[in-house]
Amino acid sequence: MIQALVFYLFATVTVLSAVMVVTSRNPVHSVLFLILAFFNAAALFLLMGAEFIAMMLVVVYVGAVAVLFLFVVMMLDINFTALRQGFQTYLPIGLLIGVVLFVEILISLGAWSIGPEMIAAASAPTPAPADVSNTKAIGKLLYTQYVLLFQISGLILLVAMIGAIVLTLRQRPGVLRQTISEQVSRRPADVVSLVDVNKGEGV
Amino acid sequence: MLEIGLGHYLTVAAILFTLGIVGIFINRKNVIVILMSVELMLLAVNINLVAFSSFLNDLAGQIFAMFVLTVAAAEAAIGLAILVVYFRNRDSIAVEDINMMKG
Repeated sequence: MIQALVFYLFATVTVLSAVMVVTSRNPVHSVLFLILAFFNAAALFLLMGAEFIAMMLVVVYVGAVAVLFLFVVMMLDINFTALRQGFQTYLPIGLLIGVVLFVEILISLGAWSIGPEMIAAASAPTPAPADVSNTKAIGKLLYTQYVLLFQISGLILLVAMIGAIVLTLRQRPGVLRQTISEQVSRRPADVVSLVDVNKGEGV
Repeated sequence: MLEIGLGHYLTVAAILFTLGIVGIFINRKNVIVILMSVELMLLAVNINLVAFSSFLNDLAGQIFAMFVLTVAAAEAAIGLAILVVYFRNRDSIAVEDINMMKG
């Protein structure tokens, strides 16, 4: 009973904030509603017993991805009203495609059921929560059976990091910069010169 | 109705995925909102993976949800970096202006 109420609360808020992400006039509001959707999805994960993934969702999505979006939206000087032109014209076709897709998904969901052999065929059966916590179970699986995938995902992040830096780094011409090595290696003999000045004439 | 099963979570994920698709269609001039819609769709996929993992008692689904999370973070970083570079070059992020490569 309580679980059902909590599920419906979080599911409703997730879906409503997703609607606001898509339809909001101001992209900053979109990002904030995206954060709300991520938080509520994390609560749904908690309800399913996936505590570690829920916390990962909060850390990675809210802490990194959504804040990155917020930075970009606020730092770029964009006329968002011009970008919203055509919203009304694309609304009917978008809704039509959405309804068709949703009905298709629901039909496939309704026609489908889990066979009993599927439950027996778990490749990595979850240990009972009383024995091993969710985080420990994931760690045991991740660092043994899936260690190669783990390494590859680290490589993906490295490539993404280098790519983002290479893309956005730029050398601006005409900017005065301090080069300490040049300052240190400066010798008086190279830059100081004595000038004989005649009396009453000045330099 | 009061017993929350796999179908409930799958339905929420289906709604989120559909909203992501609709968002791409109705905001088709604004790259930032399109990227956010893609994030919503990835979130729906994650909900599906974790729901199956939880109800089939198979931990592999949660591991794969983590990898989807990793790829989503990398995708957002690269996408936004491309967006920033594009904005520097063209002073606009409208989708119909992205035609420099004449593809």
